[in-house]
Amino acid sequence: MIQLQDVRKDYGDEVSIGPVDLAIPRGGITALVGPNGAGKSTLLTMVGRLLGLDGGTISIGGHDVARTPSKALAKVVSVLRQENHFVTRLTVRQLVGFGRFPHSKGRLTVDDEARISEAIDFLDLGALEGRYLDELSGGQRQRAYVAMVLAQETDYVLLDEPLNNLDMRHSVQMMQHLRRAAEELDRTIVVVLHDINFAGRYADRICAVKDGRVVEFGTPAEILRDDVLSAVFETPVRVIEGPDGPLAVYY
Amino acid sequence: MLAGTTATGAAATEAEGRASGPFPTARARRRYRLVVAGLVAVAALIALGLLAWDNPMPLGSDGFWRIAELRITSLVVMAVVAVAQGVATVAFQTAAGNRILTPSILGFEALYVAVQTSAVYFLGAAGISAVQGVPQFLLQVALMMGLATALFGWLLRGRRGSVHVMLLVGIVIGGGLGSVSAFMQRLLTPSEFDVLSARLFGSVANADAAYLPFAVPLVALGAVVLWLRSRRLDALALGRDVATGLGVDHRRETMLVLLLVSLLIAVSTALVGPMVFLGFLVATLAYQLSGTYDHRRILPVAALLGFVVLGGASFVMRHVFSAEGVVSIIIELVGGTVFLLVLLRKGRL
Repeated sequence: MIQLQDVRKDYGDEVSIGPVDLAIPRGGITALVGPNGAGKSTLLTMVGRLLGLDGGTISIGGHDVARTPSKALAKVVSVLRQENHFVTRLTVRQLVGFGRFPHSKGRLTVDDEARISEAIDFLDLGALEGRYLDELSGGQRQRAYVAMVLAQETDYVLLDEPLNNLDMRHSVQMMQHLRRAAEELDRTIVVVLHDINFAGRYADRICAVKDGRVVEFGTPAEILRDDVLSAVFETPVRVIEGPDGPLAVYY
Repeated sequence: MLAGTTATGAAATEAEGRASGPFPTARARRRYRLVVAGLVAVAALIALGLLAWDNPMPLGSDGFWRIAELRITSLVVMAVVAVAQGVATVAFQTAAGNRILTPSILGFEALYVAVQTSAVYFLGAAGISAVQGVPQFLLQVALMMGLATALFGWLLRGRRGSVHVMLLVGIVIGGGLGSVSAFMQRLLTPSEFDVLSARLFGSVANADAAYLPFAVPLVALGAVVLWLRSRRLDALALGRDVATGLGVDHRRETMLVLLLVSLLIAVSTALVGPMVFLGFLVATLAYQLSGTYDHRRILPVAALLGFVVLGGASFVMRHVFSAEGVVSIIIELVGGTVFLLVLLRKGRL
């Protein structure tokens, strides 16, 4: 379980995040949604200890994020941000191999190699594993990053907008991969999403963030409602019944 | 977990030899071995050439070794500078997450120039000897380390501290020191300026053999510690966020790397003077030649390349142009050309 208590982050006098109190249960996919600048990514990066808190506490699976050594935390939670630019040139397999760093400190064992192969196969990257990252399309590269965090074998996986810059087909594939990771690998996945319909279709829980606060938290059925979405996104949203559940229409 | 794919994954690992490693293919691994072997051979040839070429006594005779002994000092100096500049630049570029920077951006060269210039300015031409000697050498190293530590400590510990802000402040301090030096140089008499300018070109001839008992262990210490931390450097090269996610204490690790880098560059600069381009050239070529992300393999290549470039340039200057002492000029000329060629051919750094 991920527990946020009274979490605050201040950016000057005008802008601040929180105080946020939130408990994300173990298992499944939790989607963070909300308008631009609401603080979704900030919350996620604070949970993933990439950003310090200005107040409150965050604990992941019982580990206090601020006090647990980064090394120990890397075996509990993995985090991936939107933009990743490396100065080094890596192949897909080398990148995924870095996911084992918290466990093997760079000395890969036979067991590590097997787990790297598993993560690569899990995301259908087998044929691409020898290719350099700069030779891949955006969608393939994104999958390679996700394979790296899966190879880290942490109970909790935090992803900041993994669908960013992906077309329809790749977005759907990515969400299906995440769904399988949650179910088959028993990972707890927290993901920032822009498209409310992806959240509605693939997430188990949706957390709506607005002006730095959590305004709604519930199942897709509870969140995908005209009044709730219109209030969160400050734009008229109608929810209609689609072939696979509710669909938000806002065009 | 993943029972089904575990079996197939393990089988595939055996069947296809699916393995990670510093090199993507067996060919890349062979190429790396060839590169290292070639560099060692060239380095040995250059060392031999510097010792034996133009040595009037027959090879191996008693007199030959007496003359060679006199030249060994400059050979050791070159090795020290090569290791220091090569290793420090690679580690610095990794810590800064940028491959077009050199550690001189932190203001070491500017500080060295300022110290030398003020010595001549305040004490006259005789002043240049006032900044020579073992205590003065160690003092200069300490001064440069002090500047660097203040810079890192102040900026990286601060709330909004970042490597980039730190580098910018380094540039500003370097620029300021450079202007002060330039101003003092204008006020020197021509003869004083002449004495000074000889010191401001990076040159192996600047080094005093008496510095070596201190310079060698200091550089060895810095280079070995950095090499031992190679695996963390590999992770550091993925950037702050990814490295932190993998459990590397990014701030602490960056500080440590920068401190070791400043030790190496401070010793090298105090020993032979500014060598702005050497480290940059050597690091860029080392990435190309080693073809891996693995610092355990890049760092030795960088050190070897440093020796080949420095030694080769000295050899050419001494025996072809009979103009010893201006090695840095040929390094910048040839090095710059090679660098541009590599960049144009490969299209990336």
